[in-house]
Amino acid sequence: MIRELLRKPWLWSFVAAGLVWLATMAFTGGHGGGQLITAALTFATFFVIVGIGQMFVFTLGPGNVDLSIPATMTLAGSVAMKLMDTQDSMILIGLVVALAIGVGVGIFNYILILGLRIPPIIATLSSSFVILSAAIAYGRGLRIKPPPLLAEFTTVQLFGIPVLAICVMVLAALMGVVLHRTVYGRSVTAIGQSFRAAGFAGIRVERIRFLTYVLCAVLAALCGYLFSGFSGGSSLSMGEQYLLASIAVVVIGGTSVAGGNGNLPGLWGAALFLFLVQSMLNTYQLSAGLRYLATGLIIIAVITAAGGQKTLR
Amino acid sequence: MSSRGGARMVATVFSPKVLRAALPALSLGLLLLAIWYLNPRAISPLGFNLMFNLAVPIALATVAQMCVMTVNDLDLGIGAYVGFVVCVAATWLNDTPLLGLAALFGGIVIYMLVGALIFIRDLPSIVVTLGMSFVWLGLSVLVLPTPGGKSPEWLSTLMKLKTPMIPFPIVAAVVIALVAHVLLMRTSYGSILRGSGGNPKAIERAGWSLLRTKVVMFGAAGFFGMLAGLALIGLTTSAQANVAERYTLLSIAGVILGGGYFVGGRVSPVGAVIGAMTLTLSAPFLTFLKIPPDWQIGAQGAILIVVLALRAVIDRLGPQQ
Repeated sequence: MIRELLRKPWLWSFVAAGLVWLATMAFTGGHGGGQLITAALTFATFFVIVGIGQMFVFTLGPGNVDLSIPATMTLAGSVAMKLMDTQDSMILIGLVVALAIGVGVGIFNYILILGLRIPPIIATLSSSFVILSAAIAYGRGLRIKPPPLLAEFTTVQLFGIPVLAICVMVLAALMGVVLHRTVYGRSVTAIGQSFRAAGFAGIRVERIRFLTYVLCAVLAALCGYLFSGFSGGSSLSMGEQYLLASIAVVVIGGTSVAGGNGNLPGLWGAALFLFLVQSMLNTYQLSAGLRYLATGLIIIAVITAAGGQKTLR
Repeated sequence: MSSRGGARMVATVFSPKVLRAALPALSLGLLLLAIWYLNPRAISPLGFNLMFNLAVPIALATVAQMCVMTVNDLDLGIGAYVGFVVCVAATWLNDTPLLGLAALFGGIVIYMLVGALIFIRDLPSIVVTLGMSFVWLGLSVLVLPTPGGKSPEWLSTLMKLKTPMIPFPIVAAVVIALVAHVLLMRTSYGSILRGSGGNPKAIERAGWSLLRTKVVMFGAAGFFGMLAGLALIGLTTSAQANVAERYTLLSIAGVILGGGYFVGGRVSPVGAVIGAMTLTLSAPFLTFLKIPPDWQIGAQGAILIVVLALRAVIDRLGPQQ
């Protein structure tokens, strides 16, 4: 039983997160440990939402990655905030529109990938230029507050555990079922293991790839919507740290970079780890420069230790 | 010339291979033509000087990115690295030139080490270089905590050089393209380097070290990235840590616009420089079109998409590969 547990690739991300938490506690003398966990859960939630999408894309196999996540978040967040205009009655409509933007971006990305036969990195990069521009032109950099009810929902806690985190844990569990138990999820894994074999086995490869890129964009849009609610409005730079986060969370979480082997629990461990590293460096009161430096080095060290089996492309 | 010879010549000229090679130059030419149509006065030595002002650092960063892409990797940290060079050049290179040179040299060594790490541990380059972008940003902030500093005199003089007849940015771009072309396309080790992206197994069986090709190409990326930073600080008056943030995306787009492929060591140094110039030109083009600056990034993305679409059409004309 324990030996089986030790073999799980996601275990290490939780171990790393725990170690970083302990290192922070050692500095503060045990003060604020609970609050730190609450904060970590809160911020990790948003990393996990985009991480789920990116993980499905990664699982499709080498070369698959979505770089348009930050731009999609920004566009969905700013359009939804402007549309809802702080009215509670518009919350659902805002959500639907945000998700529709996600669907649109996913379709656009996939058209570029298939129609132009270009690698997904370049396709999603090009589209992110266009999407971000749309967000800039539409939002004009104005910060519009979220409806109070949405702000309330994204920040409310239950015994120190953010309700949103619980919802996303359920979402992650559901997506785990989708990945491992449904025809769609198993097709994603099969394609990642061997594109050709999956095709010969009768899997409609391109349809699955299409659905996966749409799924990823929809989750990015959802994250943009929720994060705008959480952080008191959308901003043009809100997606910035999510490029690194979405990729790092997937890789640190034990998902195979070579594809064909997704891992959902690891996303949570890795997301908590990423946030805890940041807060640890803050607690140590390092200067901004040292903080950046340490973040970069820790990420590279963890990736090196976790080891890549194959390159992404 | 017999009619058959003529037909063959037409077939050669319009063969996918030739069209593909000509596409970058055609895109740049089309853009220039459009600018000439919109504002004839822009097509003058002064206009070129203004429009291509920032082309030199972007072209150098694009060549750096191309080096990494040759060995099937991608550098998402190049923008931050160029920013680091700018910060070092604006401070240490002025006050204590020896320390400044050592720091710049150290940057290239770090690039080589990153290349070695990626090869030895078989790591995904986008994650490692994304991590490195934080390292460079951190180092930049440590060197120059608040915007400021000053460009070294000799760099400003060099970058504001007035060349007779042909504007300096054009001369510089041609020199960069030629140097990169000769090194990568015309030397025997250059073909080994490209081969290590195209068919690593074959190169390894032929007795060449793949570790060395990786380290050499990352080192070259560090070198050209350094030149990009020096060129940039020569053009601007003061430095800032995130001054070159956009260079990461611009450089990737430039390589692709210039006919480079993402994998397989299929790159074109001359194309990359042309691609970088096309991207640089898109800004004044949009200004002349009276498109608000909000859409400039988007228009660059759109140009990228259009060129890729054209390439896809050309590829489909030819025999399937």
